Parts: sequence; C-alpha cells; structure tokens
Amino acid sequence: MNDLTPYLVISTTLFCLGIFAVLTRRNAISILMGIELILNACNLNFAAFSRFVTPPDDISGQIISIFGIVLAAAEAAVFLAIILAIYREFSTISPDETDTLKG
Amino acid sequence: MLPVFQQFVQNPFPEFFAQAGSENLSQLVLEFLRSHVPFLATLPDPVLQLIAMLAVCVIFVAVVPLLPLFLVLAERKVSAHIQDRVGPMRVGPHGVLQTLADGVKLIFKEDHIPRQGDKILFIVAPYIIFACSFAVFAAIPFGKSILVSNLNIGIFYIMAISSVVVIGVIMAGWASNSKWSLLGALRSAAQIVSYEIPIGLSILAVVMLVESLKMQDIVMNQGGLGILSWIVFRTPFTFIAFFVFFISAIAEVNRTPFDLPEAESELVAGFHTEYSGMRFALFFIAEYANMFAVSAIAATLFLGGWKGIIPGYEFLGGTPGFVIKTMLLVFVMMWIRWTLPRLRVDQLMNLCWKYLIPISFFNILGIGIWVLIFQNDRNPAHIGISLLIIILGIIGAYLVLGKRSSQSPAPRASSA
Amino acid sequence: MELKPLVFYVFALLTIGSAVIVVTVRNIVHAAFSLMVTLFSIAGLYVFLQADFLAATQVIVYVGGILVLILFGVMMTSGRLDMKLKMERGQLFWGGLVTILIFALLLGVIRRTPWNVQEELGTVEGTTAQIGKAILQSEFLLPFEVASVILLIALIGAVLISRKEVREDE
Repeated sequence: MNDLTPYLVISTTLFCLGIFAVLTRRNAISILMGIELILNACNLNFAAFSRFVTPPDDISGQIISIFGIVLAAAEAAVFLAIILAIYREFSTISPDETDTLKG
Repeated sequence: MLPVFQQFVQNPFPEFFAQAGSENLSQLVLEFLRSHVPFLATLPDPVLQLIAMLAVCVIFVAVVPLLPLFLVLAERKVSAHIQDRVGPMRVGPHGVLQTLADGVKLIFKEDHIPRQGDKILFIVAPYIIFACSFAVFAAIPFGKSILVSNLNIGIFYIMAISSVVVIGVIMAGWASNSKWSLLGALRSAAQIVSYEIPIGLSILAVVMLVESLKMQDIVMNQGGLGILSWIVFRTPFTFIAFFVFFISAIAEVNRTPFDLPEAESELVAGFHTEYSGMRFALFFIAEYANMFAVSAIAATLFLGGWKGIIPGYEFLGGTPGFVIKTMLLVFVMMWIRWTLPRLRVDQLMNLCWKYLIPISFFNILGIGIWVLIFQNDRNPAHIGISLLIIILGIIGAYLVLGKRSSQSPAPRASSA
Repeated sequence: MELKPLVFYVFALLTIGSAVIVVTVRNIVHAAFSLMVTLFSIAGLYVFLQADFLAATQVIVYVGGILVLILFGVMMTSGRLDMKLKMERGQLFWGGLVTILIFALLLGVIRRTPWNVQEELGTVEGTTAQIGKAILQSEFLLPFEVASVILLIALIGAVLISRKEVREDE
C-alpha cells in the first residue's frame, strides 16, 4: 500500500473490465456502467501518481481526478437523457436494434 | 470561589473527562484503559488501539439504538398532547416502557420476504440505510473530546455518507416487488437528491465563515461570546441559512410535511411496505437516528455545538448542553409533524427548486460580501450590526407577510 | 501486527470483485448495486492515497448522484421482467480476447516503466485547503470555470433531450 504498483494493477484491472463491458454488453445502461469503470480507473491512476510520483506539496493529480468526476457527472446526465429519448422512440435501448441510420 | 465553581461546573470528574491530549473518543478510551485497567496496559500498542476502537464502536452501536427508544415514545407523547390525548399509558408508569414492549413484539414477529422479490437485495437494503445513519455519528462532536474522529473533511464526510441512504431506499423499494414500494422509493430518491442541494449550499455558507471543514473547528469558532457568537446570529445570511438547512433537513429525513414517500393515504407505507419484524425495526431505528443526527448537525453548525450559552461555562465538557439543543430541534420537528398537513409533489419540488435553492445562492453571495467587509473577526460590534439587521428583517417580513395574509383571507389551496 | 495493509487489500479485493460482478452478472439491477460497492471501495482506496477530499467527492458525486441516475434510467427503460441481459457467444469471445490483450499489454507497461517514485512520501494533513488554493489561485482557475460551464450545458442539454416534446404547431 506504500507502493505505486498495487494501485496501477487495480486500475488496470478496472479499465479492462470496463472495456470488456463496453464490448460485450448489449444494453446501453450496462455500457454506461462500463464507461464509469474506465473513468474511475483513470481517476485512481491520477490520484496514485499524485501521491507517489509528484512531490508531496503538488496535488495536481487529485485536482485532475476531481475534474474527471465532474465531467463524469455531466456525461452521465446527458447519456441517460439520450437513452430515455431513444427508449421513447424505439422502445428498446439495445445499440444493435437502434440502427435506423444504417445504409 | 468562582474559578473553583467554574472548574466543577465544567468538569466534575476530571479523572475521566480531561485526559491530557485526548481529542477524540478512542484516544480517551485508550488512555482510560491504560490507566484504569492494569492487565490491558501490558498488551502491545496496536492491540490496545484495536480494543479501544472496538470499544468506541460498541458504545455507539449500543447507545444510538437507545435514542429511538426514547424518541419514539417522545413522539407519541408529543403527538398525543398536541391532539389532546394522553398517549400510551399501559406499559410501565405513564407508558414509558411502551417502546420496549413494541421492540420485543417486533423481534418475535414473523420475518416475511416476498416470494417474487429479490431476496438478496431485500435483505441487504435495511443494513445499508442503518449503517449510513450510524456512520454519520462518527463525525458529530458531542463534547470537547466526545467525538469518534475529528476528520479533516468532517462536514463533507457527513454529507457524503448521508447521500448513500438514497441507494438503500431504492434498493428496498425495488427488491420488494411491490408498486407501492417502488413508487415510494422513487419519490423518496427524487426528494432526497433534490433537497441535498439546499443543504449543501447552507453548509457551504457556514464553511465560508469558519474556513474549515472540521467539526471541532466549526464548534470552536462559535465560542468566546456565548450565545452571541453562535453562527445563526453571526450574520443575517447564516440566520436565513439555518432555516433553509432545517427545512431541507426535515425533507431529507422524510418527515411530515415532506413525507410523500410514505404517504399512508397514497402509498401504504412507501418503500418499507413489505418489510416486517426486525427488518422493519431497522428502518424505524434508522429513521429516528437520522432525525437525531440532522438535529445534531444543525445544532453543531448553527447553534454553537457543545459551547454554552454563557461563555466559559460548559457543564461536563458541554455534552448535556449539546444534547438539550439537539432535543429542542427534534421537538420542533415533532411539533411541525403534528401541526402541518402534507405537501403535494409539485409543491414539494417548487419549494425546493424555486425558493430554497435561489435563497441559498443569494446566501452564498451575501456571506462572501459580509466576510469581505467585516473580515469575520467575531467583533461584538459586527455581531450587533447583524442582530440589528436580523430583527429589522423579521419585523419587515412580519409587516409584509401579515398584510398579505390579511388581504386574502380565503384559503390559498383553492387557487392552486 | 499491521492493520493498514490488511484493510487496503480488503478494499482492493472488494473493488475488483464487485467490478467483475458488474460486468458479468445478468441482472442489470444487480450490476448497478454492485457498481455501488466498486465506487465505494475506490473511495476507500483514495483515503489510502491521502486524498480525503477526493474520497468524499467520489462518494457524494458517484454514489449519491450518478448511480441514482443510472438506477432511475434502469427502472424507466426496462420492465420488471426485462432486466435480464443477453450476451452473444461470438461477442463474448472477441471481446474477451481484446480485453485480455489490452490487459497483458498494460501489465507489461507497468512492469517495464521505470517509475520515478518519490523517496520521501510524507503525510499530508488534509488536502482541502491545498485543493482550494490550487483551483482558485493557480493555473486551474480556467479549467474550473470551463468545467462549471460544461456542467451548465449538460444540465440544460439533459433537460432538453429527455423531456417529452410539446409542439404547439402540429
């Protein structure tokens, strides 16, 4: 716990699980959960680097993590609004079935 | 003579309450164990620390459920006397053991889980709510050293933990597989999430004045001048913020007039309709513990915490005074519950988004200007100015609002 | 006897275990509640990184905000019986393959990179004041303002997109 590597391994695992969810899930909200996992992995990385790599009085990493959380909130709100609009139009939120733009 | 008296009033049991250098409860217990229990003092330090931490946990887990035991009885008695009844009288003298009897009955009741529901989530949900309402107590300072942990982010931690309750509510509502539960849970979630904003903004007003998030710093900032240095009276804006906070807190703990999530006439009992026996009791305990917690937070932030009314006189480290302040706020909550009717959903949301949030934003601006002008040095003259503005404001509000209500004697509900 | 590493590894296990549940469980509501455990444990890891303010922000925004939004989304878009998630064999295979490749690549990078870890870690006594100063008195002021504008845009955009269309002219 006083070492950088465990944190990096945890965040890598989270990132890959997020990628896996985005690639295999067939429900838009599950994909959103995958994206949240990826964003959390990034934030964890920033915080870990801020603790172990930069000098103790420099907390830019934590601030970037906070910005990341703020942007994740904005992204989730818009994402869910779009999902609701799609659901009203198609009665489904599977990205495979909402393909009216396909040529 | 006077210093001796003051010493006694503040600390009649110096061997327990004034341990040198102990600033939180686990240190207090640790030093008590070291000096008073000889066979424990020989143990290695980490083990002793662990024992002290566990002891603090046990104290809280044992004491906090006793609060609802008292508060439920108080609520029934208060409601009875407001409605010109006498309330429970059968068990014990004047019915003081009624809640205990109810508790025993609840323990022996059948523990029913809906067959169509989601069993795991149904079981987990009460514990989430229970744990969150308990975790809040870890940061509330009950006295000079009666505090589990003086966290760096004290009040922010309390906000964070109490926002997790929503998840438990949604979980309980969904797992019950009942439309009443689900509707109640969604209403409750919308309400709690909305009212968190005015709560956060009024807390921010206090934090701007104190310049610290630590709970003890907030209390310490209110000492020196007794009742005059309480944050409510410090500036006119914190006076408004106190009322915004208190109204939002009532909504946050789902009490009348904001108890739409469990409106009996519409939703049976809201998100805990399907719960019975001990699981229902957990919700019940959590509800009353929450009520006590928000009152305690209001008392800490605005009413001086454990600091006394007269400067320098804190009986027993201030704890009894703090509990009295909190209980007064709890009583006001009960009083409101048995006096006002329930709001409609649209009125609830209007009150939050159209009144409380804009008022809170105005408060933030006002506090900023006030701190810029008066530098927050707790100068009596500045507090005098603030008190003058508050009194003028109350008189002005009374004149304006009194005129309006006398002009339109018809009940306002007919126009809605 | 050290207590801290034990607690750290409990949080690490909780994070990864619940994240695995999030991506594999078939019931979407279970996935959402499992995500709560993940987000909470990550807040615990932030505490170990001495980022107390960040931990509280994580809980208040993710658990109290985003997760509630997700749950509302789940309950509005799927009926009670429609909570099961379908997965296709082929997608599972290719997705798993790509994920494992990325994972191996990243682990290799972590192992090979000579991290410039500080000798003296030091303990930070609360980061709130530091964060406030860094945001309001240094180069982070502009990003801060931009972030607030983005939040406002997202707020208005979400309301505009999600409300039912009311057209007077039709």
